[in-house]
Amino acid sequence: MAFAAFTAADVVVRTPRKKSPVALLLLLPGVLYLVLFFLAPLVSLFFTALQVPHLDGDIGQYDYGFNWANYTDVIRMYLPHILRSFGYAIIATVIALLFSYPLAYLIGVKARSRPMLQGLMLVLVIAPFFISFLLRTLAWKQILADESLIITSLKALSLLAPDAHFTGTPAAVIFGLAYNFIPFMTLPLYTSLERLDLRYLEAGSDLYANPFTVFRKITVPLSMPGIIAGTLLTFIPAAGDYVNASKDFLGAPDTQMIGNVIETNFLVLQNYPAAAALSIILMAVILIIVGVYVKRLGTEDLL
Amino acid sequence: MFTRQFADGGADLELQGISKRFLGFTAIEELDLVVPAGSFFALLGPSGCGKTTTLRLVAGLEEPTSGRVLIGGKDITSTKAYQRPVNTVFQSYALFPHMSVLQNVEFGLRRRSVPDPLAKAREALRLVELEQLAERKPQQLSGGQQQRVALARAIVNRPALLLLDEPLGALDLKLRRQMQLELKSIQLDVGLTFLHVTHDQEEAMVMADTVAVMNKGRIEQMGAPNELYELPRTVFVANFLGQSNLFTGPVVSSTDTALTLDVQGFRITVPISRTQRQRGEITVGVRPEKLSLHTEAPDLGSDSNTLGEGRIVDVSFSGVSTQYLVNIPALGNLLVFAQNLGFGPVAGVGAEVWVSWQVGHGFGLADDPSPAARFAADDSTAAIAIAELEES
Amino acid sequence: MSRFGFGKWLLPVYGIIAFTFLLIPIAYTIVFSFNDSVKSNISWRGFTFDKWLTVCQVENGSVCEAFGNSVIIGIIATVLATTLGTMIAIALVRYRFGARGAVSLLLFLPMATPEVVLGAGLASQFLAAGVPKDMTTIIIAHTMFCISFVVVTVKARVASIDPTLEEAGRDLYGSPLQVFWRITFPLLFPGILAAALLSFALSFDDFIITNFNSGSVQTFPKYVYISAARGIPAAANVIASAVFLFAIIFVLVVQFSRAARAKALAKH
Repeated sequence: MAFAAFTAADVVVRTPRKKSPVALLLLLPGVLYLVLFFLAPLVSLFFTALQVPHLDGDIGQYDYGFNWANYTDVIRMYLPHILRSFGYAIIATVIALLFSYPLAYLIGVKARSRPMLQGLMLVLVIAPFFISFLLRTLAWKQILADESLIITSLKALSLLAPDAHFTGTPAAVIFGLAYNFIPFMTLPLYTSLERLDLRYLEAGSDLYANPFTVFRKITVPLSMPGIIAGTLLTFIPAAGDYVNASKDFLGAPDTQMIGNVIETNFLVLQNYPAAAALSIILMAVILIIVGVYVKRLGTEDLL
Repeated sequence: MFTRQFADGGADLELQGISKRFLGFTAIEELDLVVPAGSFFALLGPSGCGKTTTLRLVAGLEEPTSGRVLIGGKDITSTKAYQRPVNTVFQSYALFPHMSVLQNVEFGLRRRSVPDPLAKAREALRLVELEQLAERKPQQLSGGQQQRVALARAIVNRPALLLLDEPLGALDLKLRRQMQLELKSIQLDVGLTFLHVTHDQEEAMVMADTVAVMNKGRIEQMGAPNELYELPRTVFVANFLGQSNLFTGPVVSSTDTALTLDVQGFRITVPISRTQRQRGEITVGVRPEKLSLHTEAPDLGSDSNTLGEGRIVDVSFSGVSTQYLVNIPALGNLLVFAQNLGFGPVAGVGAEVWVSWQVGHGFGLADDPSPAARFAADDSTAAIAIAELEES
Repeated sequence: MSRFGFGKWLLPVYGIIAFTFLLIPIAYTIVFSFNDSVKSNISWRGFTFDKWLTVCQVENGSVCEAFGNSVIIGIIATVLATTLGTMIAIALVRYRFGARGAVSLLLFLPMATPEVVLGAGLASQFLAAGVPKDMTTIIIAHTMFCISFVVVTVKARVASIDPTLEEAGRDLYGSPLQVFWRITFPLLFPGILAAALLSFALSFDDFIITNFNSGSVQTFPKYVYISAARGIPAAANVIASAVFLFAIIFVLVVQFSRAARAKALAKH
């Protein structure tokens, strides 16, 4: 099903691979497509980021140039947004991991003997994918609005200050990011844990490890590929997201993330160089993180 | 679609100077081989010896680096797999999981637009006694049944040559023995040429008229099973096909009919007619069941070799026979199989014994005696790597 | 852990709470598709079926139009991405070629690139090339980000097919094309179907990339985003709920028919 994309990360193939012109035929259309509509746009973005405003031009008119100052300008202007983006994304990723691990363990290990139940739980995990991303975020906005049942009862119980808000705060944005990307975390974790051979755990207990040590020394290392895939699949979209942080959704003007300023600069202000420079910065930081992460923890072959 | 004529009986298979090199290693080296029409021919060897590669070359699933493949005198080296009058029973059976048993069997017939495929497929299933399971999916059959379907799927096409790649490897011992006999009788029935690849020496000997023993990409020896067994030509064959006691030493005297070696001070005589080399340092051997045990020094005359005294270090009773491991100082351990004609072992661990055999039972081997050659089992990392590549 | 009495129950109880949490906004969205709202659909005003029956009459049918666009875009992008991705997946598993590393990287990068960068990049390229934004540019964008997901999904399936099945096909007189259509494709089909469903889901629900490359074309997510500021009509909830119910029923049927088939196979 849909989650196969995440659950199929590392099947080992032992096929004797052949050299043949057929390979080229099979690869060419798709590779060409990606070069044209993925790689070329990145290059275009790179050059857009260096453009200079057209003399006496209207808004949105730029000439090619090598205006590296665009980068320092956007960093000076949007440093808080950049830092906020990565801060929010990291916290949301950690929350999603803590939320998902026990859930994935329940589905992948505890429910192994009951395939029907296991299948049903997997469907429930991906169920949020089937309802519009924007609508489920708006649903939270209304469920957690100031006048909502949950918030008013928390206030009545004095668990929340009477004048406190939830929506529009950083906490709400992080909450939204974590919620929306939880399936991206749970599914790779599930795949790793599903494959976990329980005899290793038994061997661990046999060799005098208590349950906590077994978990720390055996379960966690063996599910590391899932942890890596899950954290990346959660962190990347979270860092670039601008829906949750938007003021019409869970955010407020002071929770704007880098995605919001890219959107505003590109689509509203038509300041394409600034949007492009911010995009390149976001992309570069993510690539560095992915690179370091993958190198540190192995799992070279992510695809 | 194809107008190619398919033989009613089998056709000769001829390999001429076939070599196959993969990245970094040679699987087959200058192989010449003739498999006569109608024969049941076995290629026997350890994994990694090149036997499966040979089979795949004949099937057209692999192209030779050099050399030619001929079937019925026609050169098919550059013919595609699907155009060759050859069918294969794969080791994993390779039954199509999305088709019924019947659809599997019909597959080849339909590709060639053979008239009346349904009746022919049912007939083939009848031959392997599975007509009642025609509508099942392969996954619903037992291993033995799947094996039969694979066989039916191949022979229904009446190929000039049927290739069997370890066809019984996945079955348990009892079923394997039964299928060996069945396969042989089916071969006699249909009169096709069978080329059978196996690493099971007993299977090869039970089924085949001719066995070729392969090692490291070459054929070491070829012949009828009993010839190979009684008169192995190399250390490898002596050890791969059954077990052997081997001795190495210089020839110290010879007559018109026999050679005598000095092996660590013991004299061992072999008939000249049964030796591959007559001078210098040579290796001779004798099968364990040809040895007799004596509890006191025997006096047997010149037509027997006697070694002793030694000490029994291990006795294992296996019902039909008893295996003794006898340690003779300076010679090492000898293996002796004795039939259980009486009750129980004739001597226990620690007993002092002598070992003898008739001179006529010994054989002299062609190998250059070197310490490595004495241990024929090739378990070097390279060999294992090749074996894995071959199996994959 | 099992020494403690509650250890056994801890995980299942957690599971129930976690699933409830995951499903809350879904339930909310569905419930509010039955809300007898006037303009914005924020507070509960009573139950009605009206919104389901009049879904295409709201705002001159703009919700339905946006939905229709999303479906068309989703179908075309799915067909394109699934075809291109499947071809690449087969090449990756079955063939040896130079630049394998480069190809893998090219496939991995789109998944590691935030959507906002993909969207802005493509938009700046269209801008530079003077291409007007319409349905075509949305389809181009969606196909692009779906390809990698298709490759990952189908690749696993290709790898699970025993290559000797294809060899057996060739051995049994099947030409390369016959072997592909009669053996490889049927065996690959579940993977291809999964990839297609995933592509459609990704395309249908995409907002960020679409927002950069759609010009004046409305898609369903775009419609929701734009109306979020002024209040979303219940018609949007109706559409989302209908899609959700359709998808969930489809998935459950596939899931359970597969389980039933496995059971039937095991019975013999």
